[in-house]
Amino acid sequence: MSTVLHPGPRPGAWQLIRNGIFAENPVFRLALSLCPAVAVTTTVLNGLLLGVAVLCVQVLSSVTVTLAKGLIHPRVRIPVYTVVIAVWVSCIDMALAAFTPALYAQVGLYVKLIVAFAIIISRLEVFASRQPLVPSFFDGLGMGLGFLIALLTIGAFRELLGNGSFAGVPLAPGRPLLFFALPAGGFFSIALLMALFNRVEQGGRGGAAGPSRPTGGHGV
Amino acid sequence: MSRLPLALLAAALLVAGPARAATPAPGGDAGPIRVRSARVVAPDELRLRFSAPLPWTDAENFRLTQAQAPDIPIPVLRVRPAAGNRVVLTLGQRLLPAEHYRLELVDPPLAHEVQPAAWALLLTVMLAAALINNFVFTRYLGLCIFFGVSKKRDTAVGMGITFTLVMIVTGMLSWALDTFVLRPLRLGFFQIIVFIGVVAFVVQFLDTMLRKTHPVLHRRWGIYLMLITTNCIILAVPLLNAQAGSGPLDSAALAVGSGVGFALALFLMSCARERLEFARVPRPFQGLPIAFALAGLFALAFMGFAGLDFFR
Repeated sequence: MSTVLHPGPRPGAWQLIRNGIFAENPVFRLALSLCPAVAVTTTVLNGLLLGVAVLCVQVLSSVTVTLAKGLIHPRVRIPVYTVVIAVWVSCIDMALAAFTPALYAQVGLYVKLIVAFAIIISRLEVFASRQPLVPSFFDGLGMGLGFLIALLTIGAFRELLGNGSFAGVPLAPGRPLLFFALPAGGFFSIALLMALFNRVEQGGRGGAAGPSRPTGGHGV
Repeated sequence: MSRLPLALLAAALLVAGPARAATPAPGGDAGPIRVRSARVVAPDELRLRFSAPLPWTDAENFRLTQAQAPDIPIPVLRVRPAAGNRVVLTLGQRLLPAEHYRLELVDPPLAHEVQPAAWALLLTVMLAAALINNFVFTRYLGLCIFFGVSKKRDTAVGMGITFTLVMIVTGMLSWALDTFVLRPLRLGFFQIIVFIGVVAFVVQFLDTMLRKTHPVLHRRWGIYLMLITTNCIILAVPLLNAQAGSGPLDSAALAVGSGVGFALALFLMSCARERLEFARVPRPFQGLPIAFALAGLFALAFMGFAGLDFFR
């Protein structure tokens, strides 16, 4: 678990949100919760739906755990966190099924699987259970937004290349590179985007940084 | 203690009761004729047993279709009556043992679902879950664990075995809870909470048991047990089973198949990643990106399994 908690004075809201989007982006940097990142990102809209679901679950669970942290015995905290997440996932799952049935039919299974996402429980463990309400809220918001943006990026990349469209609007005739919409293409898309993310990062440091292994945080 | 199985049996009968009552009761001579059994006896022969002699045994009386393609009848070439109200249909094409078929009769007007053989169903579901629809490479589940544990072959094998065993236990427990508790009580919206609860409970239970009874085993496998809770596959299998309304056999087959498929994927990936240690990888691709590209190559290879079938 390679989560850097900011030392010193309490970090501001904007800093927490930026941390979730860039420095500790759940998909590209922490390499957590990858299943949906590959699975549902064949189109932008699918990515958006799941991203919004994760954002809601993350914020709601963070807030719940922060409010209830005095009541949770440390030895049973993991099961309690799991139940909290499961309750919120059930709510979001039913809400999405009711309001966006067409999209939900495609990504429904993955919405339910949010329960098993390592990112949410790890944020509860390292942040929400130790910090007051307001920072927890913004940390959850940042992490959720980071996840949402990562899903949108991958979704846009794959939909553009695989279907020649963006959010269902056709931009190019035919299907330029169908490969990227296929299952295997998902893995390659993420590999390319992650490498790009690393490249930008390394280029920003003038290329002088040591051999960076930025992705040590998986497998919580 | 010995009453427990009896009580379970009684519960199962109670639950199954209404379903059984829906089928027409066996009548005397005046009652409607019904199909007692239907078995595939040869690749192109179907043996039917009726509750009374059939009045009309011409080929035109029978219409057999695949349950998935009800518009395309399978040609019935010959009908051969046999002893004991039996009739053997000779068909124009081979029947697949793992397929559902629908049989319709003109006179008397009745319809019957021909269920696949149990062993064929087991094999098909397992094969599909392990290879054709491999959970890692074509459904992208369990990736966090997949990339985290596949660095070394030893850990990959350990995780694969532990996961398969736990998957079977939790799969069957979840199926039983879903069928006997959630469905009859209409508590479907509790599915997620119950299934993840079962996983957490089983993992915690096995961990405690192992630590107390086999400390050596626990030192070797304990770490994998704890990782299982965050593996999506362990939750996806019960959810898929519940969605499809699977029976006990399909559920077990899916659990075994997904476990074996995951273990296979882990093993293959770990072998490849050990080689990767010595490869010269461009800087931006070091670490996870190249592992993703590798998984993509495996996924491409696994696409070749599409269309694989034992019975064709």
